This record gives sequence, C-alpha cells and structure tokens, in this order.
Amino acid sequence: MQIPAPFDYAKATSLDDAVALLSRYGEDAHVIAGGHSLLPMMKLRLARPDWLIDINDLHELDFIRREGDVLVVGALTRHHTLLESEEVQALFPIIGDAERVVADPIVRNRGTLGGSLCQADPAEDLSTVCTVLGAEAVVHGASGDRVLSMDQFHVGPYETAVAFDEVLTEVRIPIRPRSSSAYEKVERRVGDWAVAAAGASVTFADDGTLADVAIGTTAVGLETRASAAEAVLRGKVPTEELIAEAGRLTGEAVDPMADQRGSVEYKRHLANELTQRTLRKAIARAQGQEA
Amino acid sequence: MLVTMTVNGTEVARDIEPRVLLVHFLREELGMTGTHWGCDTSNCGACVVQLDGTPVKSCTVLAAMADGHSVKTVEGLAEGGTLDPIQQGFMEEHGLQCGFCTPGMMLTTNALLKENPNPTETDIREAISGQICRCTGYATIVRAVQWAAEHPAGGDAAAAEAGTEASVAEPEKEVAGA
Repeated sequence: MQIPAPFDYAKATSLDDAVALLSRYGEDAHVIAGGHSLLPMMKLRLARPDWLIDINDLHELDFIRREGDVLVVGALTRHHTLLESEEVQALFPIIGDAERVVADPIVRNRGTLGGSLCQADPAEDLSTVCTVLGAEAVVHGASGDRVLSMDQFHVGPYETAVAFDEVLTEVRIPIRPRSSSAYEKVERRVGDWAVAAAGASVTFADDGTLADVAIGTTAVGLETRASAAEAVLRGKVPTEELIAEAGRLTGEAVDPMADQRGSVEYKRHLANELTQRTLRKAIARAQGQEA
Repeated sequence: MLVTMTVNGTEVARDIEPRVLLVHFLREELGMTGTHWGCDTSNCGACVVQLDGTPVKSCTVLAAMADGHSVKTVEGLAEGGTLDPIQQGFMEEHGLQCGFCTPGMMLTTNALLKENPNPTETDIREAISGQICRCTGYATIVRAVQWAAEHPAGGDAAAAEAGTEASVAEPEKEVAGA
C-alpha cells in the first residue's frame, strides 16, 4: 500500500488566504490542485512537503473567458473542461489535440492546467502547447501579480519561476487572425507519458507567407523552441520541402535520452516526423482545411 | 483532522490523518470494500468512485479533498433493491470475468450514460480507456454498457426487471417439470 509520508493540510478559502498560508509555512508547503502529479510523487517520496495547501475551493481560478484578443484560462481549469470547450477548440485546436492525450479521461476530470504547468515535467504536454501559442503565465503573490512569458516561467525540469509563496492564477493566450496550431504525440499506451511529442503554431500574412511559426517538442530534451526549424519557414510560403527541412532541423536540435521508451535515434526520428505532421496540420487548419 | 462527506447519500464524519487517501477512507474507515484498490498509481482504475458525480481515481484523491463533498461508490448504485441499469447490463451481458475492475467500470459508465445516454462503441471505449481489465473482457463490458443504454432506469426498467424474472424463472420451471 502506497501512502504519502505524513503532512499537515489546509484548505485555502481565497487566493489571498492561499498566499498567506504559503508564506506562513514556508518552502516546505506545497499547493495541491488536482493532485494527479503531486500525490503519486508523494507516495514514492519523490516529493515530501510538510504542508499541503489545497486550492480546490478557489473556484475563481476555474474559468475560460475571452478578453478582447486574449483567451484567459484560470489555473484551476480541469483538463476535461478545456477539452469540452468549443471556444477553445475553435481558437486553439492544439489544446484539444494535446488534452486528448493527457493521461486518461478520469485523470483529466481532476488534473488542472495550472498543475500541469507548475509540475513542469519534461514529458508534460501543456507546457509545449503554451510555449508555441506564446502564452503568458500570471503568478500572484503578496505583492501582487507578475506576468511571465513561458520562457521566464519554465526554469527547467520540474522547476518554474513560481516562488514558494506565489500561486499561478491564469494563463493568457493571444488570439491571432489567420493562425492555427496542432499537437502530435507518440505514447506507448493510453495515459502514458510521451515517448516524444511536437507542437506547432503558424500565423499567415496576407500574402500567403508565414508571418510567424513556433515549434516546440516534449520529452526529447529540448527546453526551448526549435528556432532553427522555425527560421526555415518564417516569411516563406510553406511547401513540403520546407516542412521536411523544418522537421529535419528539429530532429537535430533535440537532445533525447535513451530509456525504456526508445533509443536516441528513434526519438530524434519521432521529433522530426511529429514536427512535420503538426506543421502540416496547423497549416491546413489555418487555411481553413481540416487536416 | 475531522472530515465530513456524504457517501451514497449518508453523511459520515471521521477523524483522520491528512494523508489518508479516499480509497483507504472508504475501505478501512467505512468498511466499504466494494471500491477496489489496485495498482495504486492512477493507472488501473479499479478504485474509481464518483466525486460529486464525476468519476475519479480514489487512490489519487485525499479523503481530505472530499471533505464537504459527495461520494458515490458501487454500494450506492442500486436504489432500494433495484439494480442500476449498468449493474443489470453487466449481469445480462456478462461484462466481467474475475470482477476486480467491475465496480470502477460501473461507476465510470454510469456517469457516461448520464452525460451521453446513447454512446457509440467508440465513446464507451474512450470512457473506460483509463481502466484496465486484466481478463481482456472489454468486448463484453462494451456490450454491458450498450445494454444499459437500451434499458434506462425509469424507462423500460420495469420491462427489464420482468425479463430478468423470466430468465430466472424459466430454468426453475424446467427443474419443476423434470
């Protein structure tokens, strides 16, 4: 029987209460939302907080709303809610692509967007999604809000810029005309972590060239975007040759580790192939075709 | 810490350690062993219960997180001696072999049918994709859910009941005749 080591527990009644509790109990306190990443780690003693601050009652962090040309998603939004939102699917099909492969439907009932991002697992899908969408993370502490780009937010594997006495409150995703996005993942079975995954977001200019391209990968050791691959496509009319070149450069840029999920060569191949597929799909979607 | 929740319509309160998981709370504090404890790693889904009507893996939820909420376990599926259609469906279509995954499967598909009364086979397989049947019995589980969808509670439940009685009664008649 796996049970976590002993800890103390408090239910936060408001965002300020959560911040106050985190400040009071210090670095050994940990926020718990869905708990579907944290509790398994606590059972294995990979995480051993002295205090858990439960934010599940902070319903003000569970929302999806449009503010002009920004879609704002509360950190406590469950994966299931994101997957069910027609507005989200229409604006950012990459979110649906990724959410469909986040664990399994029952885990998605509990797990949250903010929890996934704060866990910062290298094999976690939504960090890649938010990165290629150019999202910003809003972090709340005693002195107010900080707005961070995903690069600033994501410090490294299992590490974010959220301080011990701060809470991620929302993710702000810019809505761009003539743009679309896609995500593709290879996993061994339903609910498993990615062997490899890739996400792409494209924005067309009026003349049919690509005004902007963002390519990101999951679980293959590339923390930043695949900038060399993006440069191949930016400012060009996309062709099969350019997409193939972007895939090849992404396969070169990644730095995967061999493990039970596959060899380095296999993962580089996946990064290449999945990048091409997501680019094709994102481009087709932006052009009004369903890939 | 004192935890109060409604389990199958009855309010329960227990003084527990914060680290007690919901699955252990149900089994050990309440003695409700219908909720099975399987892989312990949020994979197998044997421990699925409904939390406020939503299926969750109770090995990955703290009992403290269910404080103030309502939980439904397999013990709460039948209402007043009448089986839930999904329970009846698992019987009719033999949606089990060893039965270990069955309580979790039934709570997931009971919730599915509330949201989607006419699921396709794909919908059903998607809904149970986070649950493992080691007997490879998915085909009959799918048929059990389809049976339940065709026999909703309060709809032709009476007919379903009559059908069950007949199927039970018939062999008895044969025995009586023999």
